[in-house]
Amino acid sequence: MELIVASSIGVLTAGGVYLLLRLRSFPVILGLALLSYAVNIFVFSSGRLATGLPPILAKSAPGYTDPLPQALVLTAIVISFGMTAVLVMLSLGAYLEADDDRVNMPSDEGANPEPAGSPAPGPEGRAEAGPDRAPGRVEERQ
Amino acid sequence: MHSTFLFLIAALPFLGALIPGVTIRAGRTVCAAFALAPTLLALVLLGLLAPSVLAGEVITARIEWLPALGLDASLMLDGLGLLFAGMILGVGALIIIYARFYLSGDDPVGRFYTYLLLFQGAMLGIVLSDNILLMLIFWELTSLSSFLLIGYWTHLPEGRQGARMALTVTGLGGLALLAGGLLLGDIAGSYELSVILTRGEEIRSSALYLPALLLILLGAFTKSAQFPFHFWLPHAMAAPTPVSAYLHSATMVKAGVFLLARLWPVLSGTPEWFYIVATTGLVTMVVGAVIALFKNDLKALLAYSTVSHLGLLTFLLGLGTPFAAVVAVFHIINHLTFKAALFMVAGIVDHETGTRDISRLGGLARLMPVTALIALVAALSMAGLPPFNGFISKEMTLDAAAHAAWQGNGWIIPALTTVAAVFSVAYSLRLFVHVFLGPVREDYPRRPHDPVPGMWAGPALLALLVVLIGLMPSALVGDLVAIAGGAVVKGALPYYSLKLWHGVNPALVLSVIAVIGGVILLWQHGPLLRAWAAARRPEAKAIFDATVAACVAGADRVTRALHGGAISTYLAWFAAFALVLGVLAWAGGAHVPGSRPPLPIPPTVAAGFVLLIVATLGVISVHRTRFLALIMIGVIGLTVSAGFVYLSAPDLALTQISVETVTTLLLLLALNFLPRHTPAESSPAQRLRDAGIAVCAGIGVAALAYAFLTRDFSSISEYHLANSKTGGGGTNVVNVILVDFRGYDTYGEIIVLGIAGLTIYALLMSLLSGAAGRRLRNWRDTTPRSRDRHPMMMVVATRVMMPIAIMVGVYLFLRGHNQPGGGFVAGLVVAIAFLMQYMASGFLWAQERQRIEYHALIGTGVVIAGAAGVGSWLAGRPFLTSSYGYFTIPPIEEFELATAMIFDLGVFLTVLGAVMLMLYSLSRMARVAGETINIEPMDVDPSRRAADGEKEES
Repeated sequence: MELIVASSIGVLTAGGVYLLLRLRSFPVILGLALLSYAVNIFVFSSGRLATGLPPILAKSAPGYTDPLPQALVLTAIVISFGMTAVLVMLSLGAYLEADDDRVNMPSDEGANPEPAGSPAPGPEGRAEAGPDRAPGRVEERQ
Repeated sequence: MHSTFLFLIAALPFLGALIPGVTIRAGRTVCAAFALAPTLLALVLLGLLAPSVLAGEVITARIEWLPALGLDASLMLDGLGLLFAGMILGVGALIIIYARFYLSGDDPVGRFYTYLLLFQGAMLGIVLSDNILLMLIFWELTSLSSFLLIGYWTHLPEGRQGARMALTVTGLGGLALLAGGLLLGDIAGSYELSVILTRGEEIRSSALYLPALLLILLGAFTKSAQFPFHFWLPHAMAAPTPVSAYLHSATMVKAGVFLLARLWPVLSGTPEWFYIVATTGLVTMVVGAVIALFKNDLKALLAYSTVSHLGLLTFLLGLGTPFAAVVAVFHIINHLTFKAALFMVAGIVDHETGTRDISRLGGLARLMPVTALIALVAALSMAGLPPFNGFISKEMTLDAAAHAAWQGNGWIIPALTTVAAVFSVAYSLRLFVHVFLGPVREDYPRRPHDPVPGMWAGPALLALLVVLIGLMPSALVGDLVAIAGGAVVKGALPYYSLKLWHGVNPALVLSVIAVIGGVILLWQHGPLLRAWAAARRPEAKAIFDATVAACVAGADRVTRALHGGAISTYLAWFAAFALVLGVLAWAGGAHVPGSRPPLPIPPTVAAGFVLLIVATLGVISVHRTRFLALIMIGVIGLTVSAGFVYLSAPDLALTQISVETVTTLLLLLALNFLPRHTPAESSPAQRLRDAGIAVCAGIGVAALAYAFLTRDFSSISEYHLANSKTGGGGTNVVNVILVDFRGYDTYGEIIVLGIAGLTIYALLMSLLSGAAGRRLRNWRDTTPRSRDRHPMMMVVATRVMMPIAIMVGVYLFLRGHNQPGGGFVAGLVVAIAFLMQYMASGFLWAQERQRIEYHALIGTGVVIAGAAGVGSWLAGRPFLTSSYGYFTIPPIEEFELATAMIFDLGVFLTVLGAVMLMLYSLSRMARVAGETINIEPMDVDPSRRAADGEKEES
């Protein structure tokens, strides 16, 4: 049983990490979901495995499994849902704003010769870019 | 009593600093008075303590703050501290009066005095701290407050640049000093100076002595503008002259010298100390004096002369002999008197004539006789001529130098000291001769005359001291020098005598040479200046600027290389790095297989395992087809829930199943607007790399999990199991932990969940008002859809289910304390009950039929949970203490009520509100994108459908 749980954690982690390294936002969200499963099971199993020993106090109970990791994981499941929801909303917003769901910034922007470190050309550059962009927006509105 | 006074002295400037900044409208005089009052009060208190200190007592005061870290607010006033504190407060008072007349009514005077008092407090803190860490904090504070003061005239670019340069240099030095101070405290085993000063032997013999020494010296040298860090001081002269006089001659630049003197007993006496400190001092002394002679700006001349004199003090302390150390103490007093006076004179000249360029001045003696007299006295003292105090300390310096040898060489130190003295005589005389003598000129920018007495009173007082100390050194400052010198050398004072005439000795001969040489230099100043101007010299500011620019460019390159905007690269690095750390940790120890007996694997579990593996591999292989991947994820989630059931975690299983449902709904809603497919973009090499990282990460985590699963452990859960029923009143230990034992955690978590919900709502709102909103309004969905939007079977089934589902939610909530369930699960189940209506009958249809504000639900939940916690205060118990009791209402059997239930109700409401708000936000996007609302509750009428079809065709 231990082997099964450990290898499940491993497979979920591997899948999660692989998807996390993809280039579009949706696979990354799926990867995070897989990683969440892995982490939750990992934390849960730190209380060791037990069958038939739920942490519900009863006179006839033969024993109890460790309740603390369960309490931690219970809130973790709910919180990770909240975080997934925020992430979904962010990626949705990014996609709708930019018509692109890539997670990486365009590489030409990364190698922009006008970095934030040299403030002088910044505003001018932006001012030049402004009119260029404006017609595109107008078209979009039409 | 004494220690209270000491705390008051240290606190007064900081308390006083609060007032001038807010009394700015009351004018300069009021501001100055409010700045003067705390200074004078502190000075009086210091005067009350002075007799005890002069009698040899060391006054201490201490408040324990973090004794475990060696951080105590402990103050100490000994001879050296008394000398410096007196200087800081005394000159401070003079400067406050002087600045009242120097600054114009247009300047923000209140701010000036606030900064000045802030600085004064920081400086006092340095000299009064007993704890070395406390001292370092004050040290940094002086750098910061001097930054504010140098850049006080914010409209002047030189001021801003000079302030930045000073902050960079002294700030870097301060960081080095911090490291050095930590090392020193580590060696000595205490951060209290009073303890450190008794551990000289251990410190000097420690292997860490040299690193500690170098770091501390770096701090001291940068602060005291020693070569090659001297360049910031002249640039700091862009500050208003009162600041220059106070910070850059009398106090702050002496902080480095103070530190050298303070640590002299433990650090000095080694060859390293002598060669580093004395040599640096000597070089600084000569370089500063030479440059000073060729500066035309009055303040630049004084700045370089200050550099030179600071070099002199460093040199004296570096010699390492008690005699030289006492001379240094004496010269600190003398330098203070004549240099502060000269700075104030320079300010007067600047103020009255409108320029401080020496080449445009001359002949001022006749126009401003009082100022000229003060300048004459101070300049002659600086030149080291009798009968002024500068003469005595210079004679003693030359005496100390005459007996010092450098690498066995007996003449190099006296020779260099004399060279510095020659230039010192020359620039001092030039200061007076070229400014005040000569014919009266016609082309001063302003018609000069002596200023109001308030302005010359300060320098006059200092000039008077110059004369009096010169004439009666022992009577005036003998005791102070003795007690401060004693504090520096920490032992028997050497033989010295403070008097004008020591007879004809080598020092006098050198002094005569210096005066003659200086006069010759001044006589030949014109040709020399031209030669100097023609010579090529390294320009410190250019080098500094280039260095800073190179650092910025380098940081920029590094940032762009490391932070190129590719999050998948960061994550790859992150995963790979975590992996490497794990492997390193694993390789660092011995490992034996665990001994915990494994549980058996029943066939059903094995089948579930296979399902999980297949589903995970399926997600990977079909992840480009997004809907399919989502279904696979659902399979995984359900398998995991089943696993929780099997492994004795019913609460987790319930939660996982309900969360699984809402997550899938959420992602389905999102996919409505996202592309349905992921294009294949990454190269095979990249995929291979990612797969490699992923597989290694998986193996690593699996191995780690297996390692601890096969080992026994001890847990704090025994406590929870034992006290769940008796203390928390519930038999479901997981729920009792959530709402009772760790209720505070849960409280925080529901707040986070609520914030997440509100964040999503806020994101939606800002998106809808921007480009995304426009895009949504123009949304053209080309996906073929079923015309049967709301299938009758589903609508009917969900409506029938609704009360049952809510009943289940309530049941789960009520029994949660004793059986699997609770606020979290109940909130999710009720949310799903609502969501079913949304799905089956359409969003708006459902929305019109319920009147709950989800925001309010979140808020109410948090408030109820908080009130449940606060309620226990009323019973005089700590936050979130729960209590419970048993009640019987006749027809129902005995039941239990616990305050934890109220808390759980808060959890329930928050979870419900947050989940609903999240999905509501997403489904609102669909409405903006033009999704129509069903008017009929079940728009499945076949005839309508046909009619619609005809309409579209026509």
